[in-house]
Amino acid sequence: MRVFKCSRRSQVFRSATSLLSLALFLVPVVLTCSQPANALPAFARKYGLRCSACHESWPMLNYFGQKFKDNGYQIMNDRDAPIWQNPGYWPVVFRITPIWHRVSTGKVEVDTYSSVGGVPTPTGSAVQRISSSGFDLSGLDFHTAGTLEKNISFYLLPSSDPTGAFHFEQVFVRFDNIARSPWLNFKLGRFELDNLLSEKRILTLTGNGGVYQTYHFIPQGDGNIFGQIGDNQLGIEYLGHSVNDRSRISASLVSSSDGNVNLSTGANSYSGFFAGSQAFDTGRLGVQRIGFYAMAGEAATYYLTTGGGIPIAGSGIGNKSYSREGFVGQFYFGQHLDLTVVTQHGSDNVWFGQGYGNAIATDGNGGTTCTAPIPNGCPPNNVPGTVLPVGAQAPSWNGVTFEGHYVYSPQLIFIGRYEAEKMSQQANNGPGSLDPVASNFGNISTYTIGFRYNPFMTSRAGLAWHNEYNWLHQDGTGPSLGLASANVNTGEILIGLDFDF
Amino acid sequence: MRTRLRKWSLLLGAAAVLALPLTSWAQLTQYDLETRIGMESHVGNITGHAKDAKGDYRRYCVVCHGTLGDGNGESFPWVDPKPRDFQLGIFKCRSTPTGTLPVDQDLFDTIARGMDRSNMPQWSTFTKQERADLVAWVKHFSPRWTGEKPGTPITIPPEPEVTPERIKAGRDVFARVQCWKCHGVQGMANGPSAATLTDDLGRTIQPFNFTDGSRPKCGDTDRDIYRIFMTGLDGTPMPSFADNIKPDEAWDLVFYLRTFMSQPSKEKAMAKQLALKPVDPNAPVAQQ
Repeated sequence: MRVFKCSRRSQVFRSATSLLSLALFLVPVVLTCSQPANALPAFARKYGLRCSACHESWPMLNYFGQKFKDNGYQIMNDRDAPIWQNPGYWPVVFRITPIWHRVSTGKVEVDTYSSVGGVPTPTGSAVQRISSSGFDLSGLDFHTAGTLEKNISFYLLPSSDPTGAFHFEQVFVRFDNIARSPWLNFKLGRFELDNLLSEKRILTLTGNGGVYQTYHFIPQGDGNIFGQIGDNQLGIEYLGHSVNDRSRISASLVSSSDGNVNLSTGANSYSGFFAGSQAFDTGRLGVQRIGFYAMAGEAATYYLTTGGGIPIAGSGIGNKSYSREGFVGQFYFGQHLDLTVVTQHGSDNVWFGQGYGNAIATDGNGGTTCTAPIPNGCPPNNVPGTVLPVGAQAPSWNGVTFEGHYVYSPQLIFIGRYEAEKMSQQANNGPGSLDPVASNFGNISTYTIGFRYNPFMTSRAGLAWHNEYNWLHQDGTGPSLGLASANVNTGEILIGLDFDF
Repeated sequence: MRTRLRKWSLLLGAAAVLALPLTSWAQLTQYDLETRIGMESHVGNITGHAKDAKGDYRRYCVVCHGTLGDGNGESFPWVDPKPRDFQLGIFKCRSTPTGTLPVDQDLFDTIARGMDRSNMPQWSTFTKQERADLVAWVKHFSPRWTGEKPGTPITIPPEPEVTPERIKAGRDVFARVQCWKCHGVQGMANGPSAATLTDDLGRTIQPFNFTDGSRPKCGDTDRDIYRIFMTGLDGTPMPSFADNIKPDEAWDLVFYLRTFMSQPSKEKAMAKQLALKPVDPNAPVAQQ
């Protein structure tokens, strides 16, 4: 047996070789065993997909997300049926946004005072800009949706205002692919109309920029609140689409209640909404889509009264007509840039133009805010014997929305929007009118810019650092008080953390 | 003794390092991938470019298939079947013979068709160009595409008219090549071997159940079904029967398989009229 005498050098060598051996073993082990640690949420949790699969930037849908929605929240394989879900799975997502914002509104009429003998005494009023800023909170949404059975799905969205007062923003059940045809799908409940540019999935959050003005524009003094295509409506919808969703048509029959429950308004009056679109494959540019929509309906202008003039909820008669129609285009310019254009021509019956229609003054939750007899607080009611003023005519207008996105990556999106709503016929400017207004009275121009950055992208939750600025200009609606122009400009800057889980 | 131990440690360590490229075949580096970023696909008159699919892959695919295409995305632990490991270059849905690479059209079709009974949706919302780009991107994950050419698609003869005789002949083929061993005598995926099946990576896998209304993974037209058993589903226990079934017999088998499916069909109606019984697994092959 040979005996080795261990010198210090050889001991060092042995230690080094042992360490090297250990390292040589560990390196492959670590390299082959390490896996990225990531987490998994409602639909995303169910299908194991990231939010970016369905959302251009959440909550705005991309084409695949639109198809998923059109299929009744199904990817159209056997994984759609609830049987594939873990029994403990409950598809609930909440969303709320803590924010800091600064709102600045020009030309607000304020009281003025002077000191008379040391006592503050009103001296009249003046016009000034009011700016306010501070930390704030959005409302809270609880989204819950999924399949009850293959091809039967639901959506339930209890939603609160920032004080925590809840209402049901969206509730429906839908039946899809009836007779195995993607052209036969129905839903019943309270839902968003089939707008290609969805307001409920808007990417902006400021007071004026968080809605599409084109979807809500009502001429000054007009009483028709029922043509707001951005509001969720109560009714039934038919939807049909081709398998790959390139072709889409829909038709909805809704109560003319602007989505308010309890038939306080909208009893016995209905509106129809129709939409259709066709998409085209344009190679590397992406899929381009053009379409149209139209809303036509009637709403009551006369409510039976009691107590000397308090309108009785649900008693509306004297239906008058209104319409909204326009074109939509969604254009993609490669993977990063897209532009959506929505146009609208709106027209209300002459009675609406004079303020009739919203006689109940609903509070949005089925109650009324009009509890005192006319003229104390109630909106105009077209009671028998009412006559139109001389020069009254049906108001009409045109609107357009341009919204563009630059999608730097699924985690970072830049947003720019311009909207313009222009009156083409004022309600009081007919022949012989005693009270004409400027032709641009009530016109709106607004732009919004911003960006949303998602610091992480998983299928578990969403967090967006949201930055936005909105500026809105309206012609002629400020207090005149001797001013040549009573145009009002409002600006808002908002920074927040928009998150859902 | 200690010296010998050290020697063995060193030897084993060196062997482990040398084996690293083999053991981590499925763990190619970003560098490896970048060398293949010029990969192209050709579908009809469209040329797809891998580099143009990076954004779409990141947005739609990476969650399952992983950054390196190894099927190890963040959803890996939660989805079953597991996402495809593109680095292996082995694909179920091909028009090419077993063991060969698929043609670009096969991958192009798979993306749009999706995979029933899996978490792979129908990505039919892409433009054809985007899909072709994604095909090139999928190919760039595997070194197979740089050294190997795709197989030649098998020839599928025109579909003959379905007759009762053909359905009966299809039953004979079903018995002869022992489809029932996995798929069961009534196509209910309950054959004697069904519970023992694993894929090439050792994961449990179930045979296709013809009766539960789901669609075959690689398409549900008659031609698709023909293609499936004549090319096999590589990476799974479903072999190619190209050497065991003649083209004409293959159509007979397609017609017989249709009799199992829940959707109404001519074949189903004929089988009912014939009062066709399931094959008897215990009968000698000739009598089955």
